[in-house]
Formats: sequence, C-alpha cells, structure tokens
Amino acid sequence: MTDQAYNFAYLDEQTKRMIRRAILKGLAIPGYQVPFASREMPMPYGWGTGGVQVSAAVLCPDDCFKVIDQGADDTTNAVSIRSFFERTAGIKTTTSTKAATVIQTRHRVPEMPLSEGQILVYQVPIPEPLRFLEPRESETRKMHSLEEYGLMHVKLYEDIARHGHIATSYAYPVKVEGRYVMDPSPIPKFDNPKLSDSAAIQLFGAGREQRIYALPPYSRVVSLDFEDHPFEASKADHSCGLCAAEDSYLDEVIVDDVGGRMFVCSDTDFCEARRAAGHKGKDAA
Amino acid sequence: MIELRDVSKTFTLHNQGGAVIEVLAGVNLSVKAGECVALTGSSGAGKSTLMRMIYGNYMAQAGAISIGEIDLVKAEPREIIRIRREVLGYVSQFLRVVPRVPALEVVAEPLRSVGVEAAVAEARAQELLRQLNIPKSLWSLSPTTFSGGEQQRVNIARGFSHPYPAMLLDEPTASLDAANREVVLTLIEEAKARGAAIVGIFHDEAARTRVCDREIDVTGFSPACVT
Amino acid sequence: MIDTPLLSVRGVSRHYGAHIGCSDVSFDLYPGEVMGIVGESGSGKSTLLNCMSGHLAPDAGEVVFDTRADGPRDTVTMSEPERRMLSRTEWAFVHQHARDGLRMGVSAGGNVGERLMAVGARNYGDIRDKATDWLGRVEISESRIDDRPGTFSGGMQQRLQIARNLVTGPRLVFMDEPTGGLDVSVQARLLDLVRGLVRDMGLSAIIVTHDLAVVRLLADRLMVMKSGHVVEQGLTDRVLDDPQHGYTQLLVSSVLQV
Repeated sequence: MTDQAYNFAYLDEQTKRMIRRAILKGLAIPGYQVPFASREMPMPYGWGTGGVQVSAAVLCPDDCFKVIDQGADDTTNAVSIRSFFERTAGIKTTTSTKAATVIQTRHRVPEMPLSEGQILVYQVPIPEPLRFLEPRESETRKMHSLEEYGLMHVKLYEDIARHGHIATSYAYPVKVEGRYVMDPSPIPKFDNPKLSDSAAIQLFGAGREQRIYALPPYSRVVSLDFEDHPFEASKADHSCGLCAAEDSYLDEVIVDDVGGRMFVCSDTDFCEARRAAGHKGKDAA
Repeated sequence: MIELRDVSKTFTLHNQGGAVIEVLAGVNLSVKAGECVALTGSSGAGKSTLMRMIYGNYMAQAGAISIGEIDLVKAEPREIIRIRREVLGYVSQFLRVVPRVPALEVVAEPLRSVGVEAAVAEARAQELLRQLNIPKSLWSLSPTTFSGGEQQRVNIARGFSHPYPAMLLDEPTASLDAANREVVLTLIEEAKARGAAIVGIFHDEAARTRVCDREIDVTGFSPACVT
Repeated sequence: MIDTPLLSVRGVSRHYGAHIGCSDVSFDLYPGEVMGIVGESGSGKSTLLNCMSGHLAPDAGEVVFDTRADGPRDTVTMSEPERRMLSRTEWAFVHQHARDGLRMGVSAGGNVGERLMAVGARNYGDIRDKATDWLGRVEISESRIDDRPGTFSGGMQQRLQIARNLVTGPRLVFMDEPTGGLDVSVQARLLDLVRGLVRDMGLSAIIVTHDLAVVRLLADRLMVMKSGHVVEQGLTDRVLDDPQHGYTQLLVSSVLQV
C-alpha cells in the first residue's frame, strides 16, 4: 500500500523542516501570516495544497488521519487527500473525529469539541482578510504590523448598509488574542465560536498564497462586530432530517424535481454517531 | 493711528530688462484718530499706489508704515491679516467676492470674522443695506449678479459694517446718485466722530471739502521732486 | 497672537539623485492660517507637500507639528505608527484625483465612516449619523449615502473626499490641486465650500496648486516655488499684486485676465 518511491508523507525532510519552522513561528504569533516556500504538489491549487503541505509537515508514522470537505468524509476532495497520505505515508486513516490525531478540513470545524493532542489543519484559499478592500499586499502587511484595522469594519459597515445586517456568512473575520485580525478560512460563521478556546492546535495553510498561520490551544478568538449589530453564529433554522440534531450546522439537500428538500448535518461523522446512538430525524428511512 | 515715515516705492520689472520705475520717495504722513486726510494729485501721481501700500497690498522698499503699533513693512502675513480684520478697513472701487455668497452675508462677514454673533452681525448688515437703498429682494442673492452701482454700495456697506479704527477709502462716492452719496458721506462723518483715522481718494471735490480735514498732494512725493 | 506654530518646517530638502526635488524650505504655519504653494509643474511643490505630509521622507530638515497630545514633535523622526496615526486624526490629505483619496469599491457612507472606524468607532448607528451629517455639509444628498463614488460626478467625488478627510476633525489639511480637472462652475462651488469649512472649523491648510485664482480666494499667504527653491513668499495679495521676483512677475503676467 505504501509507495516506497516517496519520502514519508511525500515532501522531503528539508521542506517539512522549513514548513515546521513556519508553523512554530505562526504558533508563537497567533494569527500572524508567516510566509513559506510553498511547493508544487501533485494536485491543483484550490484542492488544498496548503493544507496538504501543513499536514505532511506535522504527520508522524503513528498518527491517525481524517479529512473532511464541507464536513463530509466521503467527498472527492476528502477521499483523494486521505488516499494520498495512505499511499505516501502509510498512516492509519479514520472518519471518526474522536479517533483522529490530525484532521485536515475544508470549510468546516467538526461539531464535536476537539481535545488536547489533536491538530486541525485548515485549507485556506485567501489568507488576507483585508484584501477585499485593500489590494496592495505591501499596504495590508503594514496595516497588520501597525494594527490599523479600521478597514475591516468598513467591510462590515458595507454589509449592514446594503443588507440591514451583517450578511457575511462565511470567512467571517476574527481578531486573535486582541492583536491580529485573521481570516478563519471559508468556514461558516456558525463555526467561528469553536475557534476560540479550543483544546486542539489549529493550523492554517494557504498553498497558492504561500502563507501559514496558526492558533495555539486555548487562544482567544473574537469575531468582529458593531455594538449595535453584534456577531451572531447563525445556521438554518431546522433540525437534522436524519439525526434530529438541533445544534449542528446543516446542509440543504434538494431531493426531487418538485422542490422537495431536506436539511442534514454537514458533519457526517457527527450525524452517523448520533444515528448509531438511536437519534432519528423526520426524514430518516 | 496711521503713520508713514520715509516710505519709498519702486517697481522693478525683471522681465523687461530689469527696468526700475521709481514711483514714490520720502513719504511722510501722519493721520490721527478722528482725522480724514485726502490724497490728491493728477492721475498717475501714485495715490492708489500709496493707498495700497498703507493696506499692505504693495511692498514698500524703504521706510515704515505703522497702523497703531504694527509696522506693516516688517509684519508677518498673519499680523497684517489680523490688522486688516480688526483695525484697518478698506473700501476699494470694486467688489471682489466669492460667487454664491448672498449680499447680506458679504456685508456681515467682517463682523463675523471678528467674532460678532451671527444675529448681531446680520442686524447691522441689514441696517447698512437698508441705509444704502439696496432693495430687500436682493439681500439673499449673490452680488456678482448686481448692477455696477449696486455692487459699489454693497462694497461700501461691507467696508463700514465693522467699526475699524483706521480706514482707507478709494473713491467712495464715485458713480453714486445724490441720495446714496449723502448716505456715504454721513457714514464717513460718523466714522470720524467715533474716532476713525481715514485716508481717502476723492475726485468729488464737494465731498472732499465736506469730510476731509487736510489734503496731501502726492505729487510732492514723486522721486523727481525729492531729489 | 498665538506664538506656537502649528507646523514648523525647517530646512526641508529632497533630492532625486542629482535632481533637486525641493531645497532648504523653511516656514511657520500658524493655527487658522491657509498657505498656498504655487509654481509650474516640476517646481517641487508636490515634493514639498509630500515631505510635509509624511508621504515622502526628506533628505534633510525638520517638519515639526504641534500635536494635541504631546505638543511640538518632529514628524520626520517620529515612528511610522505615530505618523500614520497623525495622518488619520490631526491631518487630512485631499488628493487631486478623488480616486486616489477614495475607496471606489466602498459606498459614500463607508468612505466617510472609515476614519471613524479607524480610530475605534464601533457603533454602526453613530457612524452612519456622522456620515449623513458630513454628506450634508459637503452638499451631497443623504439619499446617495449607499451609492459608490463611481456613480458620482467629479465635483461630488471631490466633495466626498473632503468629507471623508474632515470627519475626524483634523487641524491641518494638505490639498494637492484640489480643483484640478473640474469644470469652472464646479470649482467655484468647491472653493466656496472649502473656504466655509476652513473658517468654521478653524482649520489650517496648505494648498498646492498652479491656479492663482484658487490661492487668491483661499490662501492668506503664498509661497512661490521654482526649480525646487522658494523664490518669494508673503501675503497672498501682496505677492500677486506686487510681485518682487522675476519669476513671480512672469507667473502673474501669464494669467489671462477675466
């Protein structure tokens, strides 16, 4: 099963060492974007090259690896990344959040609280939260270094002016440890509170943009807002059609050609565990 | 109040071979509070030049021009601006205003700029415009649209709204009808009565005789006469 | 008279290689004073303005600004964060092209609100009220508050830029050709507006322009530059009506009389 032609976890040791140094620096300065020399990976940009490189740098032979894409273990992206590491690192893989030691994710944070010793690796398309309003990288770096974050609120102001409320629903900007403003990757804002005070190490890798940033365990992460328009972690106002969970993030699934739809947990492992425990939603067969 | 000592004025035309035109030399002039002095002399003798120098608009090459305690020849721009705002009024022949500003505000502005309350300043402006027979319907319009005579009267109203201790008047009665001329002469007499030192140019001889205490022939300051 | 200058410029020079940008410029600007800087293209007036406003580091000289918090400080040697803070709070910079001074992707209200949010305003309602008030003061209809500047005319964009700059109550405004590229009728309205704001807010301003009519209307005093040097300075009407330097005489006589 393991392809012996590759070094452990595909990348050579010097590259992994370079990435680990970037990760350590990121952990030392929570929320700060550390540049790193991103390598070409055998997959296109946008498929998680940043996350894969971070995972490759932190994986050890006895780790148990889980990959989720939009919360699901069985989507193409998740399956192919999982098999990539099965082949290049020969490590165990799992779909269980609890059993995993390293979880690579795209667009979600698992519903189950993570524990100490676990590492959550986020795939990040655009690491710079200020880019929406200030396209000059030289200027945004200066703004970070001088803590000039007024612009971030301009983005939220525009939201309220246009929609009457803060309509940003994913990649919702956060402030880390009262210092750096950070893009939490395109997770739904429902997941933002899970970033704060998490027991796990959270690492963010942007391959195309060559940036790594990190949250050490138990970091304080605050979602930006206005006094009169406070942050709200919103989700679809339904319960899961399969497991009846009231408090999990839901995907809307169209089930026929006449407008029939159902809401199901986006976190497949969470949903399956609940169903195994006997919970049953209204759409469950 | 207005004191000139050994003042001289030359124009150097750098772009015409550096030609130097000597206009005035050895000017000595003293005007006390409550006194009105007329500058006379033929056209081109330097009356307007001298007036402009007293206002700080033209630079003197030598001598001292004192308004109260301040020597305008040496003063910094901000001091001259303060003197013009508080001490030294100037009624020129032409009105120079920003478009869009209504006549009433134009007249009230000198008072507003010395810190007089808006209502008080406006009341004084209304009084002057009424005295000078500017129809009420024009008060809220910009003077840029007025006739020449109306502009001249707005200009006079503006010049007399703040009780300056020193005033310069350049042909204040020119092109006015008898009634308005009378109003202006009364304003000048009132200014004298409250103690203003006035220097003026009046081609209107009758007016000159009526309000002026002395006449100074500027021809006497021409460099040719001095040397 | 107030004796502490708001801005004190001492021996400011800036060279571009062998070429002189501006050379050994010194002057004091007092609170409430408006100074014009005129000269032809390449005379160094924009270089000087950029040196004073912290956009460009001078090779030599001091630019001492009387800060609200700590009194007179040399802005050339102060740290960049301090200087940038000054430029958001006590200074304003009005660019010739409104596009350089506005965020074109952000609504008018967001443009005005940015400086407020930058200094810590976190109440949406308050920010919006202030933005509405300022749009009114620069004669932009409240109904345009959520429109982007790209839908505004040139004159409106310039007025929006002014509102955006003045909302945090600065004390010194730098203006670079504020009326350049505008129609004459639009210019008059803008000048009138600027004049009113300068007087009502007691602002000091430094206006770089090549338009002598603009300085006659707005500036108390005038500085004339040529080839990087100040050739003449003084009271505006004195410099324009009785210019002493050959270059100033040429400049004044070159203007068409209207």
